[in-house]
Amino acid sequence: MSRPRKVALVGNPNAGKSALFNALTGARQKIANYPGVTVERKSGRLILPTGEPVEMTDLPGAYGLDPTSPDEEVTSKVISGHFPGEAAPDVLIVVLDASNLEQHLVFAQEVLALGKPAVVALNMVDLAERDGLVLDPAVLQEELGVRVVPTVAVRRRGLTELGEAIASAEARHPGPGLTNLTQTERRVAAHAMADAAILSESKRHRLHARLDRMLLNPWLGPVILLALLFVVFQAVFAWATPFADALDAGVSWLHDTVRALMPDGLLRDLITEGVISGVGSVVVFLPQIVILFAFILAMEASGYMARAAFLMDRMMAHVGLSGRSFIPLLSSFACAIPGIMATRSITDPKDRLTTILIAPMMTCSARLPVYAVIIAAFIPNTNVGGGVGLQGLVLLALYVAGVLGAMLVALVLRRSVTKGEASGFIMELPKYQLPRLKDMAIGLWQRAWIFLRRAGTIIFTVTVVLWILLNFPQAKPGESQVDVSIAGRLANGLAVVVEPIGFNRDMALALIPAMAAREVAVSSLATTYAVDAGDNEDQQAAELGDQLKSRWTLPMALAFLAWFVFAPQCMSTIAVTRRETNGWKWPAFMLAYLFGLAYVAAGATYWIAVAAGL
Amino acid sequence: MTLDLLPIGETARIVAVNWPALVPEEARRLRALGLEEGARVAVAHRGILGGRDPIAITVGRMTVAVRRAHAVAMNVELLERASI
Repeated sequence: MSRPRKVALVGNPNAGKSALFNALTGARQKIANYPGVTVERKSGRLILPTGEPVEMTDLPGAYGLDPTSPDEEVTSKVISGHFPGEAAPDVLIVVLDASNLEQHLVFAQEVLALGKPAVVALNMVDLAERDGLVLDPAVLQEELGVRVVPTVAVRRRGLTELGEAIASAEARHPGPGLTNLTQTERRVAAHAMADAAILSESKRHRLHARLDRMLLNPWLGPVILLALLFVVFQAVFAWATPFADALDAGVSWLHDTVRALMPDGLLRDLITEGVISGVGSVVVFLPQIVILFAFILAMEASGYMARAAFLMDRMMAHVGLSGRSFIPLLSSFACAIPGIMATRSITDPKDRLTTILIAPMMTCSARLPVYAVIIAAFIPNTNVGGGVGLQGLVLLALYVAGVLGAMLVALVLRRSVTKGEASGFIMELPKYQLPRLKDMAIGLWQRAWIFLRRAGTIIFTVTVVLWILLNFPQAKPGESQVDVSIAGRLANGLAVVVEPIGFNRDMALALIPAMAAREVAVSSLATTYAVDAGDNEDQQAAELGDQLKSRWTLPMALAFLAWFVFAPQCMSTIAVTRRETNGWKWPAFMLAYLFGLAYVAAGATYWIAVAAGL
Repeated sequence: MTLDLLPIGETARIVAVNWPALVPEEARRLRALGLEEGARVAVAHRGILGGRDPIAITVGRMTVAVRRAHAVAMNVELLERASI
């Protein structure tokens, strides 16, 4: 049997291609990268009403076949069959936003002029109706010479008709009205076609214009954005607590149950102290990550994220970046990995590189376990007035330190390593839409799964390896287990390097496994002190916080916090930076400069704190 | 008059664009978004906190954010309200 025919979705950004793709192929999608470039390739399978199975791909949004970004280059090459290893599509579905015809018809004409079998999906007709537009698809069909099917991807309207049209689409000889036109001539033609297809247009104020007047107001807009960000961070900390507590209780229960069920011995300790405590101390942060991503996904799906970029552009311009960098940087507060991947939407390569390099300084959720444990142990929970607690203030200071550090580094990088023309900011502000619950659920599930897989693989492995390194060779009676162990000896070596910045041996020991992921620092401190306590029941029962208080001074704790504001201790971030920059040069640079900053910041914090008599 | 000076709410037509003053990639992107000679445009929003950057421009049924530097390169003529 011959291979199934290939069908590709093409259209401008914001034409609703992805929603149409989701509706046509369902959840069975394959997401990968086009080889050699960091552009996402989404494909899936669709059974046409005729029973014919076809392979469907969702091409990146483009404004024209003459590329101005890596995304557009992929689209242009795939359509023409010039993309290596990628067969040219047999049928094209040109997706148009029904309420933005005069813009989207320009690219549509360019694509249809190629003469390939094609169908036009007149998408989001419901939103056009909401805006008071009444359209006649027959007029467009006449002008364009291909089937025009009105669709509403979200409500699955017009999907069967679209399938039938794909099945019967044939190659055409595009008329002289389509070929050999310049861009400007196409635009004039697009206007004429749109005018002819629009039967009536009511003058009522459109919803998104009214919303924009409020949300992009020069004074009110930034205030609303700040308030929204405040709510987001408040939610991350407050709303997540009951869920995190429940998870924590579950982990403790599992720990105690397994401990009671298994016979005494090394294996029991490995499972309870190593696996359950180690992985458990990280899994409790799942609620915070899910809540933060829920907000980010909702802001993206609703169209507000582009407005946030607009509002932030002026500030970003001061450090040589543009509003486009705001979205990746905001995502980096959840996790630098999706943040760095989101830099793909930045068209300017130097802008993009700078954003990638500073993204790890945004306080990601993996630092929270470290911050939370240290702050709870060392900072008194006093009220500094107005209901603001000292602990919260310290946490805020750590966030601010990361942001300020990132801005300073961006400023320096844009004048040195990534020097170049000041980047511009050209961005379409899409229409407002209610986020769809199903798309949100799919997105949240994907992110939660990535986090859990990380906890299940990297963190699991690292915890177990550390536990083994800590327990062998076994100490003779009278010796401290940690001192004799392999890990203890390794840490003694590192301790020489970090001693000048106030770190003790235990801290050095925590830094080694935390190279895999920052949050491991907490579980490794817990493991170290659990091993150190040995059979001393009293000491073993002591909380990690109490352990820390009895072994660290306040300047040491503050230096440890300052270290984690900058230290690039996350293997996944390094790996994703290598992938996104196509080489080891930039991840190596990132490691070097961030470790340098971490060392200086921790050292300065320690000595200033000591001098201040803390 | 250049586009950056167009008062909010007025509609104008782009009559000339100083393309050489713009970065070629950005010039192409502006063209692709329909910001070129002949386009009917209006300034929807301008800057934040009293600043004049960036500018949100309506062109057709679309809103596009650009920097002031882009708008400065575009010469516009005011359109009569009746012709909108």
